[in-house]
Amino acid sequence: MGMFKGTRLAAVAAVLAGLLGGAATAQAADPLKVGFVYVGPVGDLGWSYQHDVGRKALEAHFGDKIKTAYVEDVAEGADAERVIAQFGQQGYDLVFTTSFGFMNPTLKVAKKFPKTKFEHATGYKTADNLGIYDARFHEGRAVIGTIAGHMTKTNVIGYIGSFPIPEVVRGINAVTLAARKVNPNVQVKVIWVNSWYDPGKEREAAETLIAQGADIITQHTDSPAAVQVAEEKGVWAFGQASDMAKFGPKRLLTSIIDDWSGYYISRVQAVMDGKWKAETTWGGFKAGMVKLGALNPAIPADVQKAAMDVKTGIEGGTLDPFAGPIKDQDGKERVKAGAALTDKDLLSMDWYVEGVQGKLPK
Amino acid sequence: MAHKPSFMPRLEPRGHASPSMVYLTPLLALVVTLLAGGLLFQVLGFNAPEALYTFFISPLTTAYGLGELVVKATPLALCAIGLALGFRGNVWNIGAEGQLTFGAIFGGGVALACYDMEGWWILPLMVVAGMVGGMLWGAIPAFLKTRFHASEILVSLMLTYVATLILSLLVHGPWRDPEGFNFPESRIFSDSALLPVLLAETRLHFGALFALAAVVGGWFIIARTFVGFQIKVMGLTPAAGGYAGFSQRKVVWLSFLVSGALAGLAGVSEVAGPIGQLQPTVSPGYGFTAIIVAFLGRLHPVGILLAALLMALSYLGGEAVQIGMGLPLAVTGVFQGMLLFFLLASDVLIRYRVRFGRPQQEAKA
Repeated sequence: MGMFKGTRLAAVAAVLAGLLGGAATAQAADPLKVGFVYVGPVGDLGWSYQHDVGRKALEAHFGDKIKTAYVEDVAEGADAERVIAQFGQQGYDLVFTTSFGFMNPTLKVAKKFPKTKFEHATGYKTADNLGIYDARFHEGRAVIGTIAGHMTKTNVIGYIGSFPIPEVVRGINAVTLAARKVNPNVQVKVIWVNSWYDPGKEREAAETLIAQGADIITQHTDSPAAVQVAEEKGVWAFGQASDMAKFGPKRLLTSIIDDWSGYYISRVQAVMDGKWKAETTWGGFKAGMVKLGALNPAIPADVQKAAMDVKTGIEGGTLDPFAGPIKDQDGKERVKAGAALTDKDLLSMDWYVEGVQGKLPK
Repeated sequence: MAHKPSFMPRLEPRGHASPSMVYLTPLLALVVTLLAGGLLFQVLGFNAPEALYTFFISPLTTAYGLGELVVKATPLALCAIGLALGFRGNVWNIGAEGQLTFGAIFGGGVALACYDMEGWWILPLMVVAGMVGGMLWGAIPAFLKTRFHASEILVSLMLTYVATLILSLLVHGPWRDPEGFNFPESRIFSDSALLPVLLAETRLHFGALFALAAVVGGWFIIARTFVGFQIKVMGLTPAAGGYAGFSQRKVVWLSFLVSGALAGLAGVSEVAGPIGQLQPTVSPGYGFTAIIVAFLGRLHPVGILLAALLMALSYLGGEAVQIGMGLPLAVTGVFQGMLLFFLLASDVLIRYRVRFGRPQQEAKA
């Protein structure tokens, strides 16, 4: 016990010294403190991993002018508020909370810590010190939908969904619309796993979809499990959030890559320049927030060209993935020819387009 | 009939376990965990005293931190006290997570039904509804066990997943916030449906008092009532209980109803406390962690309270070292794992002693 006591005394001394030392250096150069809250483990190799790539890009770009920290695998419930508040308490200047379920906790904490600036990904609530940002992933989905429509032999595309929220429904619809534009016989089957990250469930869902005849798998979940199943079973797959080529060297057609680095760097720079304001950012290909991985050489040249045409069309503003005419599942026309869905429609999308099988859980 | 001399260590029963050691070993396990953890930090190249301080003490240095500790420990203690009652009577309720979820559904349902009303009666009604919800969900395994001898372990565990899916169905559908862009969350509860905060500037809410009441109530049932005596007898020697005319059926029902009600109370306290609305998931696994807490606390209400606080601290500390020192989340799991490992190891050593060489009887003969 004596030794234990000694350890504790030493601990207190060490911390006191650390605090004093910290205070001294703080006067010399005050690094900007940037915090990140992740919903999954940084090792999910998808969503949270990609945000952490952005965090590392910040460190590389700003060096010792900033100090970053993150907490991973934070549950979207009572825990989130505590973690976000810890960053506020420790005087962080800018905190990114990177999952939809962190919206209300971020808002609550933002009110308590008016000096800290917060940015919440994929939500819709803002405040003076709370901005929101998201990426137009559906632009990438329109490209992979085009590839899928050309490549499928069975005309069945399997889609692994996380939660039936507008963002995910939008992705399903974007793939379906693009695939049916080049192949009107395509049907899309959806399995919901009710989780952002559950490699076991994602794997089972992929196997079930393949058993139901899907020869192309795409997913809106965070792990590479579906890509691995596709590689094993010899069907086609797409990477989600990060470049997943190494998990499906033969069967991965391409990946939709989220690139947060540029956005994060610009926001930190804005804080440093004293120009940060709570804004709403929703960028896609053009802003560089959504990127496309390398195309698998197994994709025929004409299909590659069709895919790249969709991408450049979206970038140039000549192609809208949600341009009419669009019919819903019941065959009712939702968007007339010549019209297109607005951002507001997209942000609250709760219906399937024609070609998606099954009913949207409500 | 081995007569070969052996120098392998082996375990020899002690005959009886030292009662004081039974209560001392959790402390001992904690101390050994600290030492082993410090060693681990040092080997990983971190300053061990600083890491231990950040993990175990820094979360407790502010009023806010202490509040958070209690907020995190509250659902754990509530669930674990109910579970411990059943575990003592050999009734294995593994589904506190589901009962907690049902408590949240029932209590949250009342809050949503009354969202445009005001009144002192809303909160008590929610609390009662939450407890009834947990009891109902606990009654299913109790009924199937007493009526059909279905394993309460499997039934209660599987009902957890059913409960989560029902909650998910509700917040994706009828209970979805009409102004919420179709996102799967309920409205935010009105002020009349939120538990009062006990300490300004913290999240410490009224649910903590429920947990304290449960500690006292749990102790009273076990130590001072005939029902508690019956539970203990049925747990230790069911046959003796049977001869004495105690009813296994009654113990099963009682255990499930009480633990269900307490888990339900934990659920409604979470949604009316720190969360403030219904979400697809309302608990990060409190009902399951409570099983560990119950055993760590020696199935004794006071022990459980301490174990719940310790477990809560391990989460807070894990976050503190992630933010402060860039240590990975796995550190939290490693600490929890070490604590359990050392506790179980000392449990073995309470009941057995390690001997080297040949068994004693042979040496005597």
